[in-house]
Amino acid sequence: MASPMRIRAKAQGDVADVRVLMAHEMETGQRKGADGKLVPAWFITTVDAQHNGKSVMTAQWGPAVSKNPYLQFKIKGAKVGDKITVTWQDNRGESRTDEAVIA
Amino acid sequence: MKYFKLGRYALVGATVLGLMAPAQAQEKSETEKGIDRYRELIADGNPAELWDMEGEELWKKKAGPKNASFETCDLGQGPGVLKGAYVALPRYFPDAGKVMDLEMRLAHCMKTIQGIEPKVAEYNKDDHKKIVALVTYVATQSKGMPVNLPQAHPEEKRMYEVGKRAFFYRAGPYDFACATCHAADNTRIRLQGLPNLTKNEPAGAAFTSWPAYRVSNSQLWPMQKRLEDCFRQQRFPYVEFGSEVTVALSTYMGVNGKGVKSLAPTIKR
Repeated sequence: MASPMRIRAKAQGDVADVRVLMAHEMETGQRKGADGKLVPAWFITTVDAQHNGKSVMTAQWGPAVSKNPYLQFKIKGAKVGDKITVTWQDNRGESRTDEAVIA
Repeated sequence: MKYFKLGRYALVGATVLGLMAPAQAQEKSETEKGIDRYRELIADGNPAELWDMEGEELWKKKAGPKNASFETCDLGQGPGVLKGAYVALPRYFPDAGKVMDLEMRLAHCMKTIQGIEPKVAEYNKDDHKKIVALVTYVATQSKGMPVNLPQAHPEEKRMYEVGKRAFFYRAGPYDFACATCHAADNTRIRLQGLPNLTKNEPAGAAFTSWPAYRVSNSQLWPMQKRLEDCFRQQRFPYVEFGSEVTVALSTYMGVNGKGVKSLAPTIKR
């Protein structure tokens, strides 16, 4: 199973600053391993962020994103105590969802 | 021109000691400011936090033939006490009869408490992977605390002396010593500053810089791995996990860096 994300969300006025750190290998499919064979591609394809259950951002990612990706975005109209949910899905069909409360 | 300026500041510093620090601070070149800016940018969202989370889980989870967690592990501050453990290691442990650093102590706890014979020979393989995560977790608990290595026990004093000797010991095909790179002020290789490890502030900063997340290879390096790489760079033979010389060298650095506030875990290029 995939490792948890670390999500931090902080409200500043009516804007919340959300910072997400994901644990993922993000293999491009271009690298060769010690055995000389290509390491199969394995990367996050979609990221979805929800604010109180409503989708506020979706992103399509590819192999150009680094290992253990860091994502930061702002949500307008978010208040302290609101719930932030982030979900990623990768090309193997695995996914992970984590939640945080805006501080 | 530059040298002349430096010399003048040094002279002012020598006569008016109180002004020395600000005078030196002004001397930061544009390049150094640029490097600082780069470091500031990468510091946000340090992936070391992922290891910290993993380490916390490993610390609390029961495992091994004895089905026990690390929560009774004594890192020098009493069983299970994490706060301040990292800034006071390596230290002498009477139950083991020797000076141990954090990595060795965690391997020791894995063996004595959990009953697992730790496989730690290879970096980030088998049980060493767990040690790396645990080190990050334990180090994070001491963030901002001053470095305070004990030096009361004769073995701890001996380790410092051994470390000092190893630091200045020149050998290998390049006739290198740690001191070749790390005993002078204001030097660097390309973008990497070379801390003067014989001085308090840089020694403390370097000592508490590890464990660190390395952006260049996406790996988390604890102190022993960093020192092993120093040996590689000097074309010395490789050191094994728990080698006395790595413990001695980190003791030397830690004692020199007494009082400096801990930075770990950090992020490096």
